[in-house]
Amino acid sequence: MDDFTQQGFDAKNEQGFVYTKLDAAINWVRANSIWPQPMGLACCAIELMAVGGSRFDIARFGMEVMRFSPRQSDCMIVAGTVSYKMAGSIKRIYDQMASPKWVIAMGACASSGGMFRTYSTLQGVDKIIPVDVYVAGCPTRPEALLDAMVSLQKKIGQERSTKALFSK
Amino acid sequence: MEIEKFVSELPALKIRKTADGIASFDCSVEDLVLASTILRDKFNFESLNNISALDFGEELTENRYGAVYHFYSHANKEYASLRVVCQSVKEPKIPSLCPVYKGADWLERECFDMMGIVFEGHPRLARILMWDNYPYYPLRKDFPLAGKEAPLPPSFEGNENATKVEPAPEEGGPFHAPSSSTEFCAQREPRSAE
Repeated sequence: MDDFTQQGFDAKNEQGFVYTKLDAAINWVRANSIWPQPMGLACCAIELMAVGGSRFDIARFGMEVMRFSPRQSDCMIVAGTVSYKMAGSIKRIYDQMASPKWVIAMGACASSGGMFRTYSTLQGVDKIIPVDVYVAGCPTRPEALLDAMVSLQKKIGQERSTKALFSK
Repeated sequence: MEIEKFVSELPALKIRKTADGIASFDCSVEDLVLASTILRDKFNFESLNNISALDFGEELTENRYGAVYHFYSHANKEYASLRVVCQSVKEPKIPSLCPVYKGADWLERECFDMMGIVFEGHPRLARILMWDNYPYYPLRKDFPLAGKEAPLPPSFEGNENATKVEPAPEEGGPFHAPSSSTEFCAQREPRSAE
């Protein structure tokens, strides 16, 4: 064990135990292994792919396990224009995701309908599902999405996760 | 393209002048299938590139809707176009070109979906962009850009309370330009509806 590790954890004195709050432990686990589900609907999805690629590399933050099944993912990234025709399917896929789950509205269209103030476009995905983080941009820069993911990690860190476990 | 030869085959056609010199004709609804068959078989126009639907304005009581058919000849590297106008406003009907050009299928469905022109003889004239139970034709001139209230698409089954289809807010944009020629620049400037 090197000097740096010994500063944080002294096995001799702490007898192999780490003390923390249950909330903090659960949130630490949840926040650092987010499995995003790419809900790619329009050009924002191209930027989302760039985030997954080597240049911007979402793997640096531990979220590179993109799952295309709602059963295996816990963060839906809505990337693109939500038309009414698609909105029902998005709502259904969100309902199929297991809790705890989070939603990122990526870009102007998913956040507010964007430039599509027309007959066919849902004016923001928050009309059908609860959104945790809104990201500006048309389309969003990859850095902005990474910033949103880090913001989501911070948000998860503040949650009262045990409340759901012990409340009747 | 030998325009005179084509007109001699079908004397009912009227030649239209176009700025870019593309061979263009006014065609009656009845002659459309025959004219396009002649174009395909005798003038080598193998592909139907596009169908654009027309709406000449909501104040018209007849000849309001129409369509322009764009043909392309890969052999001769040239375009031709046919324009048809349907007389009836309530039930605009044009014969389907699907028996002549297979590619007309989705093009005609889009025209039907957006403009409400019925293509008679189409194998499956269903909506292609909007959902099946959508009641309006959104690209008609009397349809507001923001949209109208409408029933939800079938994909919302079981989630009917999640949202509703309602007009989009127009505040702060999109920007509308007046179609009529106004005198001052300031009036011609595109502005938000509110």
